[in-house]
Amino acid sequence: MEFQLPDFDLRVMMPEIFLFLWALVVITFDLSTKRRSGAAVAYLAMFGLVITGILLAVAGTGAGFGAMFFNDAASIFFKVIFLGAAFMAIGSSFGLLRQKIQHHRGEFFGLILLSTVGMMFLASSNELLSLYIGLELTTIPLFVCAAFFKDNRLSVEAGIKYLIIGAFSSALLLYGLSLLYGLSGTTDLLQMRINIATTHLNFREIGMLPMISVIMLVAGLGFKLALPPFHQWAPDVYEGSPTPIAAFLSVGSKAAGLIAFAKIMINGLQVFYDQVMAPSDWGILVAVIASAAMIWGNVAAIRQANIKRMLAYSSIAQAGYIMIGMVALNELGMAAVSFYMFTYLFANMGAFAVVAIFEDTTGSTQISSYNGLAKTSPFHAASMSVFLLSLAGIPPLAGFFAKYYVFASAIKMAGAADDKSWLYWLVGVGLLTSVFALYYYANIIKTMYFTTDESPYRLSVASPGSAMVLIGLIGVLLFGLYPTPILEFAAGIPEALGVVVP
Amino acid sequence: MDASVSPVFWILAAVIILSAIAVVSLKNIFHCALFLILCLFSVAGIFILLHAEFLAAAQVLIYVGAVAILIIFAIMLTTNLASRTIQQVNKHALTALFGCALFVLAMVGLFRQSGVWNWTQTALPDENVLTIGKLLMTKYMLPFEVVSVLLLAALIGAIALAREEKS
Repeated sequence: MEFQLPDFDLRVMMPEIFLFLWALVVITFDLSTKRRSGAAVAYLAMFGLVITGILLAVAGTGAGFGAMFFNDAASIFFKVIFLGAAFMAIGSSFGLLRQKIQHHRGEFFGLILLSTVGMMFLASSNELLSLYIGLELTTIPLFVCAAFFKDNRLSVEAGIKYLIIGAFSSALLLYGLSLLYGLSGTTDLLQMRINIATTHLNFREIGMLPMISVIMLVAGLGFKLALPPFHQWAPDVYEGSPTPIAAFLSVGSKAAGLIAFAKIMINGLQVFYDQVMAPSDWGILVAVIASAAMIWGNVAAIRQANIKRMLAYSSIAQAGYIMIGMVALNELGMAAVSFYMFTYLFANMGAFAVVAIFEDTTGSTQISSYNGLAKTSPFHAASMSVFLLSLAGIPPLAGFFAKYYVFASAIKMAGAADDKSWLYWLVGVGLLTSVFALYYYANIIKTMYFTTDESPYRLSVASPGSAMVLIGLIGVLLFGLYPTPILEFAAGIPEALGVVVP
Repeated sequence: MDASVSPVFWILAAVIILSAIAVVSLKNIFHCALFLILCLFSVAGIFILLHAEFLAAAQVLIYVGAVAILIIFAIMLTTNLASRTIQQVNKHALTALFGCALFVLAMVGLFRQSGVWNWTQTALPDENVLTIGKLLMTKYMLPFEVVSVLLLAALIGAIALAREEKS
């Protein structure tokens, strides 16, 4: 029996290998300093993320381990988002180190890094098995991080809730994937596309089984992306988890779910997005879910008194807007989705950074506590307003262009194909709910600015958390005024994901 | 030989279904755990009928040997849990039953359609354990390695959560 190892090129895997080893370094450093290292551990973790980013730029594109690992424009773009989200999440954790996290600091940051490794591995996989393992490596460390305040009931509840929902959604996803494997006879996504297309030439014979598989996949990934009706966990988990973890869940984990969705549904299953396969078309299914996300997310956000719950519902709605670009499924659509995720990174991580600083200083996450904040902490109030306006999609902030491109891609597709006219409806829902969204975003700005009271709290400007706010602010303003370089890079993503324009 | 015509298959199937029902309906949680072991053992039997020896061995090792034993340990180490009677159903039981029945009917209907599984009709090689081992060490080596990273992360997380802090 002879062994034939696949050609492996460790060069393209350098960033992942380094970050994995660095996570162990961070944990060992905390142990070797007898757990007294304090903020140094967090700086060490952030330093590792910067080095990983540099390695990512050096490694470039290419394949390693045969079909198992592939670096293309799409994976590099999303890896940058993962690294940015982890960097800003760790950067806004310094306040926690002073009080709430006294034990296992190394593990806290090490697990965030390991989760990031999982996301990066996921973004590079082109095959069901490694895709699934990447997704698990993404979520399992986050179960632990969500429950990291062991003495806090809400945090433990958040951890358990996330664990159970995570296990349930993984089971659904795995069932869907196994049906897909049974139908196509391969785990490789590109081969799957060919095999399914060949089998489908005789559509009557294959029946409705792909539809069940697609429904399970959409449900499993819908849990990860917190899309209705699979979204109920998000507000509870965000509320209970440490705020930086909530931020990381809402950006990093969402981006990971998004790239997994794009890889399976576009790279593997685009054949279903076609007239011939109409009964198995996932476009309409996802469009219904996306409109539910936009409507329910925005309506529910209005009623929230807790800012973390409000941001949770807002992120549910944002996922709905992102999915518009996904179902448009043309070149502009995938580029728009990626650009949306990129701007969402800065706006949402920035908003959560402000919430984290406020919570560390005051111990409160109630929106009413923000009353009059503009007078005592003008920098944080102004930044928060910019982030919220960007999330609402107000020009000239980055969020406006993101929404614009997503809507434009859907309108273009609806105009190009007769049977896609339902996309107009989707855009209509999107525009209408954006107005709702503006109401609750503006409500926070009103609380901070338009009041005669003066807030009793003063937030410190000279802290690592405020530096993260500044990074977010620069991102939102810079990519709002000058989005061209990101858009140019994102233009290569549809091709990498194998989007075929009909 | 076709597995579905063998009388052994029907016996195993009956044992699986009856023990699974017992798991979710008995009042004593310890009995439930024992029936779970019976159920998982019978599934291993089905795998053997299908000539998937590796899966059968893995099923016994992982589910019976590790998962079920862990459940029994957890029950025994929790005070008074083994002797207490528990309520297994809540007010959503009928809804859940309806949903499951619908799902089973849909799946049975779909699987009965002919020609769906044409990719899997090639016969399994005799040494399928060897083939699986070879694939894990060659083509699927990278995911295989990443699983160990995953286990490491789970281990670190479990220790960080379970350890008692002395401050």
